[in-house]
Amino acid sequence: MTLLPWLLTLLQAALFAAAAPLLVGWIKKVKARLQNRRGPPLLQVYRELWKLLGKEAVMAHTASPVFRAAPYVVFSATWLVAAVIPLVASHLPSAAMADVIVLVGLLALARFVLALAGMDIGTTFGGMGSSREMLVSGLAEPALLMVVFTLTMSAHTTNLASVMDYIAGAGLLLRPSFLFALGALVLVAVAETGRIPIDNPAAHLELTMIHEAMVLEYSGINLGLMEWAAQIKLMIYGTLIANVFFPWGIASELTPVALLIGVMAITIKLALLAIALAVTETVLAKMRLFRAPLFLNVAFLLALLGLLSHVILEVGA
Amino acid sequence: MAISLQLALAAIAVMLCAGALAFAAGARASRINDLYFLLLGASGTLALTAGLGGLMASTPPATTLPFGLPWLPWHVRLDALSGFFLLLIGLVSIAVALFGPSYVRGLAHGRDPLSVLGGFTGLFVAGMLTVVLADDAFLFMVAWELMSVASYFLVAFQHEQAANRRAALLYLLMAHIGGLCILLGFGVLAAFGHGFDFDSLRNALPPTPWTTVAFALAFIGFGMKAGLVPLHAWLPEAHPAAPSHISALMSGVMLKVAVYGFIRFVFDLNGDLHWGWGVAVLTIGSASALMGALFAVVQTDLKRLLAYSSVENVGIVFIGLGLSLVFLSTGHRLLGVIALVAALYHALNHALFKSLLFLGAGAVLHSSHERDLEHMGGLLRRMPWTGLFFLIGCLSIAALPPFNGFVSEWLTFQSALQAWQLDSGVLRSLLPIAVAILALTGALTAAAFVKVYGVAFLGRARSRRIRRAREVSLGMRAAQAWLAVLCLLLGVLPMPVVALIDAVPRQLLGIGLAQATRHGWLWLTPVAPATASYAAPLILLCLAFAWWLVRMLLGRARLRRPRRSDAWDCGFAPPDARMQYSATAFAQPIRRVFGVLFRIDESIQNDSGTSRYRLQIADRAWESFYVPVARAVQAASRRVTWLQSGSIRVYLGWSLATLLILLWVIS
Repeated sequence: MTLLPWLLTLLQAALFAAAAPLLVGWIKKVKARLQNRRGPPLLQVYRELWKLLGKEAVMAHTASPVFRAAPYVVFSATWLVAAVIPLVASHLPSAAMADVIVLVGLLALARFVLALAGMDIGTTFGGMGSSREMLVSGLAEPALLMVVFTLTMSAHTTNLASVMDYIAGAGLLLRPSFLFALGALVLVAVAETGRIPIDNPAAHLELTMIHEAMVLEYSGINLGLMEWAAQIKLMIYGTLIANVFFPWGIASELTPVALLIGVMAITIKLALLAIALAVTETVLAKMRLFRAPLFLNVAFLLALLGLLSHVILEVGA
Repeated sequence: MAISLQLALAAIAVMLCAGALAFAAGARASRINDLYFLLLGASGTLALTAGLGGLMASTPPATTLPFGLPWLPWHVRLDALSGFFLLLIGLVSIAVALFGPSYVRGLAHGRDPLSVLGGFTGLFVAGMLTVVLADDAFLFMVAWELMSVASYFLVAFQHEQAANRRAALLYLLMAHIGGLCILLGFGVLAAFGHGFDFDSLRNALPPTPWTTVAFALAFIGFGMKAGLVPLHAWLPEAHPAAPSHISALMSGVMLKVAVYGFIRFVFDLNGDLHWGWGVAVLTIGSASALMGALFAVVQTDLKRLLAYSSVENVGIVFIGLGLSLVFLSTGHRLLGVIALVAALYHALNHALFKSLLFLGAGAVLHSSHERDLEHMGGLLRRMPWTGLFFLIGCLSIAALPPFNGFVSEWLTFQSALQAWQLDSGVLRSLLPIAVAILALTGALTAAAFVKVYGVAFLGRARSRRIRRAREVSLGMRAAQAWLAVLCLLLGVLPMPVVALIDAVPRQLLGIGLAQATRHGWLWLTPVAPATASYAAPLILLCLAFAWWLVRMLLGRARLRRPRRSDAWDCGFAPPDARMQYSATAFAQPIRRVFGVLFRIDESIQNDSGTSRYRLQIADRAWESFYVPVARAVQAASRRVTWLQSGSIRVYLGWSLATLLILLWVIS
């Protein structure tokens, strides 16, 4: 075992965290353009993050240690997921550390702690946000796992890098199960990252918020970490869609040329995905909370259809 | 006779002595309190050691004891399966022994309740230990009934409340129906095996329809004791009614004894496995997991919520067992072993975290006399240690990495994802649906325990009793610490645990998980490294590293202490404790989305200006299962009332006629 792959893993993890705000900035820019606005500059998100990380934190009198530890746990768990997901190169040593189910588990850990932090101060908004988050994620997580199962039952592995290899080899279009799974994953991603039509990241009316309600009491570096973790999470889902279903271009060996191609490929893929997200967010309106289960049921049914079509049509064929 | 078996028998003897001592002490029982729990701890340690010995021994030691019927001495045997469950009982007994002394002191009231409590606890634990060791159907049933009846008295311990008396009666009734089914199941095997010792039963190999009959009887009997849907309704009544350390023993251990019985009966004694059984177990297990989780989310009584969550976790164990049956009966023996190991691992995990949570609930109850979540809040500040341990329990039960609940669920997922290897299309599509239900269950459990921890331990106190709560004694904290540390260890170091459990399938099925342990203690690879791997120690290390990195590099403001201020009040009146989200409110979205599965009775009464909101959520199992059965029994007994003329001569005539008919039947 050489040191180089581990170094590259660390580098990729750092790149992931560093690029996540850029993705959010890009989405904001595209959305603004679609709405005939100039929009904030691309790097504005970095400036805000830098400002928050340097600011003094203010906490409510009732805040407990859970409230203080939560930003670190949420950020660490989310970042760890980002470190394992193949971004630029697919066969890094971190991939063996955690398979897809562990990644889903780590995201669940981040969410659990975030929801606890929402309830910690004892304000109404925090509890409301936590309660709604647990509903939305409670319905989204099974759908996400079903997507995972569809892929892993075809690829016969739950290791993400191996799944990508399999899809790159097999091709996407010939398999109805993958198309269903892709549709389901897109819906889950929208719900889990708190985008329109489930949640509005720019919400300022407290009664409609989910994620923003949970972090309402945070400030300073704590808020910065929470925001950053949310941005990384958005990029995680984007990368999953881009690299699992369209794995072309990802570096399968660790040469400089391949890595360069990998960086370019993922940049283009994420930029295109972000435009798609911005367009849907512009044309759709946010749903009422109790319409969200319907939305997620569609995701779950799509995933289930994918799994069943795999089991019925594809096995043995 | 090997030393491990002697240790196990000594554990039983110590427990019986402790029980006898408590009965003998009578009204002075509170004086021997410490000695009593010392004996319980000694028995737990003995059982733990014996269990480890049983798991490591290559040939199971067996012996006969000079008790029982003249032609049937009591057989005991300590194989790996028994050893595993002895270990489980031992681990929880030690925690209860640490927790008990100060907790029981808080219960001392009335004439001589402590002696009754201690005596029956002794019999209860001794019964459980004996069930696990028994090697013939006769001793098994005797010990099983000892366990059931002794625990009846523990459920009925606080019998001043009518609800507890009702729960105890229901519990006794269900335990006996279940016991009857198990007895009949053994009877079917014994009829073909010509003997009651397990060796004869094992070699009985009854013809096809009879094995299925035996399986069905065992499934109903053990399933009833384990609290599977739709027979579960007694469990959330009975378990919370007992004192908390007994609830921990009942939910944490006794349910596992039922799981043991099921594994022993189906995997060991009953003949060839059939995939149909696997499907039945999988279906019932999935239903239990889902219903248990849903009902846990909407409960507001802490101990009741934990009891419903036991239904859910037993469901998960049975999902694993069902998968194992499906795989084993279709010839995929290695996959069957993975599923069995997953089920056993989850049984052990559930014993640990459910006992931990029940002891935590007991600590809260002891310190504030409060079980209702709606009155709690802010306990973390008042009971920091209990709060920390309870948090570990919540994280474990919600199956989050790197804690122990995650490992067993991961193993269950891994075995189910190998469904593509099956030949039958029906099974291939059925297994993933069970897995989807398991995934939904996991998410709902997380919601339930965010609610529990958020409402009880975070936020602000909602009642005066809670405001006055103080941290509990050292012993009670030590008991929780012991279980919390075990939860973390079993989550971070799954490899040694899997290697230990591996002895069970090696002895039971003749095949082990060689693959899983081949890659060192760091990597858990149940099928193959290319298929799936999980390195729990590395995950924990990376989390800690990321935390450290963030603190070191990012916190430009980290050295300054955070300023404290008021919470954001939107510019209106400052928020008070009553404005917090309540437990009922937290569960409202889930209650509404899954409304069809509950029987919700919700009303707002508006009289003289003040409105009162009333909400009742009933278990559908009552009206759809229990009530019809009760009505049928009543109707049947009304039918036969014409036999009761009141004349003794007629009764004697009936007895004689029955005797003659029976003699004619058997001749």
